[in-house]
Amino acid sequence: MTQTDFYANFYSIIPLTVLVAWASILLLVDLFIPKGRKGITAFLAALGLAATLSFIIWQTLVGVERTGFNGMVTLDGFSLFVNALVIISGLLGIALAYGYLKRMKLERGEYYVLMLFSITGMMLMAQASDLIIVFLALELLSIPLYVLAAFARPNLQSEEAGVKYFLLGAFATGFIVYGTALIFGATGTTSLSGIFFAASHETPSLLLTIGAALLLVGFGFKVAAVPFHMWTPDVYQGSPTAVTAFMSSGAKIAGFAALLRVFATAFPALSADLTGVLWVLAALTMVVGNLTAISQTNIKRLLAYSSIAHAGYILMAFVPYGNKEVLPISIAAGLFYLVSYVVTNFGTWGVVIALEKAEGKGLEIADYAGLAKKCPALAAAMTVFMLSFIGFPPTLGMVGKFYLFRAVIAGGYPGLAIIGVVTSLVSAYYYLRIVVNMYMREGDPTIEREMWLDFTTMSTAIATVVLSFVPQWLFLLASTAVLRLF
Amino acid sequence: MEFLLQPLTLLTFFPLVGVLVLLFMKSEAKTAIRWVAMVTTLITFGISLWVLAQFKASNPDLQLEAKYPWINVAGWNIYYYLAVDGLSILLVLLTAFLTPISILSTWTAVEDRVKDFMIFFLLLEVGMMGVFLAQDLFMFYIFWEFTLVPMYFLIGLWGGPRRIYAAVKFFLYTMAGSILMLVAILFLGVKTGTFNVPDMLAALPGLYSSGMINPQTQMLLFVAFAAAFAIKVPMWPLHSWLPDAHVEAPTAGSVILAGVLLKMGTYGFLRFNIQLFPNATIEAAPWIALLATIGIIYGAAVSYAQSDVKKLVAYSSVSHLGFVMLGMFALNAEGVSGAILQMINHGLSTGALFLLIGMVYEQTHTREIKVYGGLWKVMPIFGTVMLISSLSSMGLPGLNGFVGEFTILLGAFGSKAIGSPWYAGISAIGVIMAAVYILYMFQKMFLGPAGEITKHHELKDLNWREILTVAPLLIFMFWIGLYPAPFFNLIAPAVEKLLSALPL
Repeated sequence: MTQTDFYANFYSIIPLTVLVAWASILLLVDLFIPKGRKGITAFLAALGLAATLSFIIWQTLVGVERTGFNGMVTLDGFSLFVNALVIISGLLGIALAYGYLKRMKLERGEYYVLMLFSITGMMLMAQASDLIIVFLALELLSIPLYVLAAFARPNLQSEEAGVKYFLLGAFATGFIVYGTALIFGATGTTSLSGIFFAASHETPSLLLTIGAALLLVGFGFKVAAVPFHMWTPDVYQGSPTAVTAFMSSGAKIAGFAALLRVFATAFPALSADLTGVLWVLAALTMVVGNLTAISQTNIKRLLAYSSIAHAGYILMAFVPYGNKEVLPISIAAGLFYLVSYVVTNFGTWGVVIALEKAEGKGLEIADYAGLAKKCPALAAAMTVFMLSFIGFPPTLGMVGKFYLFRAVIAGGYPGLAIIGVVTSLVSAYYYLRIVVNMYMREGDPTIEREMWLDFTTMSTAIATVVLSFVPQWLFLLASTAVLRLF
Repeated sequence: MEFLLQPLTLLTFFPLVGVLVLLFMKSEAKTAIRWVAMVTTLITFGISLWVLAQFKASNPDLQLEAKYPWINVAGWNIYYYLAVDGLSILLVLLTAFLTPISILSTWTAVEDRVKDFMIFFLLLEVGMMGVFLAQDLFMFYIFWEFTLVPMYFLIGLWGGPRRIYAAVKFFLYTMAGSILMLVAILFLGVKTGTFNVPDMLAALPGLYSSGMINPQTQMLLFVAFAAAFAIKVPMWPLHSWLPDAHVEAPTAGSVILAGVLLKMGTYGFLRFNIQLFPNATIEAAPWIALLATIGIIYGAAVSYAQSDVKKLVAYSSVSHLGFVMLGMFALNAEGVSGAILQMINHGLSTGALFLLIGMVYEQTHTREIKVYGGLWKVMPIFGTVMLISSLSSMGLPGLNGFVGEFTILLGAFGSKAIGSPWYAGISAIGVIMAAVYILYMFQKMFLGPAGEITKHHELKDLNWREILTVAPLLIFMFWIGLYPAPFFNLIAPAVEKLLSALPL
């Protein structure tokens, strides 16, 4: 390997390297931080994320696209955008976790280190342009999450969540590995561009199609698409709430990033077969997610189903993936929607954390009664988040849905857009129930106030509203986040 | 700075200044809060008069345009675009006019969470103004949906016993219509490459004639828009949210709901359905006329059967708005101008009725017609005002309702688009039925022997504030009834332009 090669390879993974190194060092440093002062670890972890983010911003400004390590990883506008989003989720996740862990007596330094490792996996996932790297990234992001889900041990629910997530996650990873093996058998390569060339020169073999379908199952599990969503409510409910907040954003971003890159790069030749499958998957996810959410009384389960439903909306952006003209629009729309989802999602979980009490109390929707009188700012923020989830102005969620449905219609699937809007109507019913409880029923909830928590909920609420009026630059960023196909 | 000083920008967003001030006030300072809201809406009304002064009635086009690129990246052509023309000027004035009146009516009626109430009310005004002024479909949709949020809270927080049910039903029912419109808006946006209505109007004829949008698709788009607007109007058979919302809403909410929010539906038909989908409009005209006629008769019949006076007025709205729809889809000058005027008339007379019912309800806490009786003797001023409003609502010559309904029926009789004079003929029966249910209500409540409530309650007649609340409405009832020409002059050129674009 020559000097320039080394630099080129290294350049493509600078942010990743920085974060991995930081996380490893932090693991050691944490040993010397006294118990009860783990806030320092949180601060250092956030510092590491900020440093990584600054590298990402630098790379975005330099604007060099390249592949590294013989085409195993790609650095392009898409990966930079996704990675920036992942890191922002990491920062918000730390802000939510800090007070929560203290209050729930879970304060241990590994928490933040595990988060950093998981974030590294997510970042690698967005850059992976070889199925082997996809697998590596998937494991790197998942294993710390399994541990985090069970972080509240010896709490039974949390342990159950961890084990369940681990077992089903391992099962899903199995699908991905098996799919990769079949694809390798069909094309003789695991590199995405290699698969593309192999598939486009001859008629795609059945083996390749089955392999791609197996990959879809694996990713479907990661992003919680119906019918691979069964684990979601239990895991989201059992995990410590701060973990759920991070998991429901970060893992979803990474899963979608990989899904998009793999399918748009490697399988355009299969789009005739797969578009229909994606259509059904998206429609099912929206319908089942929203309908099941109606009957939930526990806020964590409700939000779990709502996150399933939102996976369905994002999946809509993938349906026209084989159409070269629409692909840039739909990628931009998908990314924009991810941003709006992440911002709203963290805010919502922030409110949930503010009301949660020890031993899983304060998590029923009925516990939200009277919140508007007790703490008008928090209730107003929650209302903003609920409106954003419904897709109502003046919130980011509305702009996101507008963008997304436009992409779907431009791709020629107005039917899917109609399913999308009708399920949004259904979702209005259960999201409004929370608003009804907060404003129109009497109650006396107790609220935990803590600086970072307040900061997270208020800043995301303000961002949700303000960004809906000035979405231009976010539009611009999302639409320049192009996928480097080769 | 130039951006902020546009008359229409000021008109739309000025209430936000009031919201900002209110946010920093203590919620205990109720009177001060009321004054802030009152002054804000009065200034807004002043701005609307300023807009009227600059409005050129002879010009049929969009005027006083405030147009700036808003989201112009990545293939989006979205403008910040406010403008007014003859189709919307009266509705804008009506909105600015009714809001301070409604706020005045809450002076003693709303004691709970006054600050929140006023904030929601001012936000509602922003939304309503935006709906009537926005000329970009993205912007229109935002305002359109946004009006639901403050209204939802107004009903849900300050409403009657079944307020939560009514608020949620109102929200979901209305949203159900608008989501279909959203898909249609996006479809149009994708096909024409813009969301700005004038540009879209320029691009559409080409798409229609080249077959890029075939007649069936045009009809589907028409139906998708119509679904949103018909629910809002509400047209029979999509009206079932209306009585619930009206009965449960606080008085000021009912006034705005009947006075302005319903007009958003009819205005939507006028501005978007008729202009964007000309062929489908002509094809659909007889069907809309049929639904309108059913609505007129049905609304009137159901009104007669009500024992709750607020519900009676609510159902009468279904009937009155049926007239508006009938006139509009007559698609001739008389029908359409009559329809626009009737939108204003309905806002005035129904607004007045809701205000008056609210005033007596505040004292008695019941709206059952049968417990009243002989009210006139106890409350002579109230009785007189109520009589005038009732007569205005049923369309007595000399008052505003007559002018509107007469012009509409005239238009509908001779309409080529509807194709049969029968609709107008049957609808005319609705006018008679209106006289029946209104006079029946008036007789039961105000004449005859004193009812339970009248006997056992110390009823006070209207005080100065209450008279001041309804007096402006009465003035306009007489003005439009006796000398409607200035109002028609504002409308006529725009209506002519609207109709000349139709392939009739």
